Amino acid sequence: MIAIIDYDAGNLTSVARAVTHIGFKCIVTNKKEEIDRAERIIFPGVGAAGSAMKSIKRLGLDVAIKKAFSSGKPILGICLGTQVIMEYSEENDTKCLGIIGGKVLSFRFDEIRRNGAGLKIPHMGWNRIILQKKHFILSDLKEEDEFYFVHGYYPAPDDPAQLIGTTEYGIQFASVIGYKNIMATQFHPEKSGRPGLSILKNFCVWNPC
Amino acid sequence: MESMLSKRIIPCLDVRDGKTTKGINFKDNVDIGDPVEMARFYYEAGADEIVFYDITASSEKREIMIDVVRRVAETIFIPFSVGGGIRTLEDMRKVLLAGAEKISVNSAAVKNPEIISKGAEAFGNQCIVLGMDVKHVGKSEKIPSGYEIVINGGRTFMGIDALKWAIEAEKLGAGEICLNSIDADGTCEGYELSLTSLISENVGIPVIASGGAGRPEHLYDVLTKGKADAALIASMVHYGTYSISGIKSYLDETGVKVRKSW
Repeated sequence: MIAIIDYDAGNLTSVARAVTHIGFKCIVTNKKEEIDRAERIIFPGVGAAGSAMKSIKRLGLDVAIKKAFSSGKPILGICLGTQVIMEYSEENDTKCLGIIGGKVLSFRFDEIRRNGAGLKIPHMGWNRIILQKKHFILSDLKEEDEFYFVHGYYPAPDDPAQLIGTTEYGIQFASVIGYKNIMATQFHPEKSGRPGLSILKNFCVWNPC
Repeated sequence: MESMLSKRIIPCLDVRDGKTTKGINFKDNVDIGDPVEMARFYYEAGADEIVFYDITASSEKREIMIDVVRRVAETIFIPFSVGGGIRTLEDMRKVLLAGAEKISVNSAAVKNPEIISKGAEAFGNQCIVLGMDVKHVGKSEKIPSGYEIVINGGRTFMGIDALKWAIEAEKLGAGEICLNSIDADGTCEGYELSLTSLISENVGIPVIASGGAGRPEHLYDVLTKGKADAALIASMVHYGTYSISGIKSYLDETGVKVRKSW
């Protein structure tokens, strides 16, 4: 069973629908016991880091997620879920879970528009992943595959060895991070058509060691 | 550093009482199909996103749309948005919980701009699309940009400058603007390029151009000269005149970055 963690952050039903569609069983839950029992964890979310961390603490999910991480269970972070596993987010000046070292930074017009292109914030739409390091979850990735992003902040892990994929949007940022039994994407695999569903499918059978 | 972000091609489905229609100048709507099947068709055909616009008149029949949204969400795995008749936070919540990524507000936001900030606060900026219906009226003291906000399908002029409204909506927390030219809508003669570039260059959020698409060249124009981040299309694909992959091939050959693998 896969537990999709519910912390009142956006539309979690779309992740559950995608997981069900590819043939795996899942529950959407905010109960620690159910997270403890699950074989795998998906940590999704859209919204703001500040209110997300408040909900996570109020529900005691910070403890549950850290416990799942140290037990070695496969964990998939998606979008805001990816951001709050970092140490700190510039969004709402928020202290986050700190499972992965590094900060979450805001896109800035003066940085992304340096070459004159009229790029917008949020970074919204389909973009590519430049593979930095092989990973089982991305084993079906083709160079021309694109993924759906919608975010105004991006994770910046301290350790370059955790960088699995990067994406270009005026700057180059970490779009896929991998560390031990955690895999975290800034884009939404559940909204990225075939290549996105393939990442979810690989996660559902991934055996990190 | 380049941006590899693709320009989005977005089919728009008008839905009334649970069936799709395509309005020509908002009149003479005819049924052309089941919205769930059309969504599946466009998902498989390479649409980057889908927009549903609910033009159901009676409030009793609104629940039909929620059911449509739920079934669409089980069928396609790309983002889709729903607009039309959304007036309250509760309306937004229902549509989002049924599985849509975004909701668009149009006349309700003109009458009550707070709906944008309240929606953004409750669900996140990325969920809130401001739909704008705009008519060219010529520059005046009241309308310095020469473009005025209209509602009721273009019948009611609101005395609001379109550029000023776009900038205000961004401040209120809109995550995206869907900009529809009433003058160009249904003509199939091309998007309103000067309106689109004016708005897109003066806001920091993405702009979807709407109204007037008839040929692939029109998309090229609005995504380059018009500075749009995405282009809405309807009749040119609904009636099979063009395919999404055909449009994307044209854009790719002319140097516009589009998503080619799905």
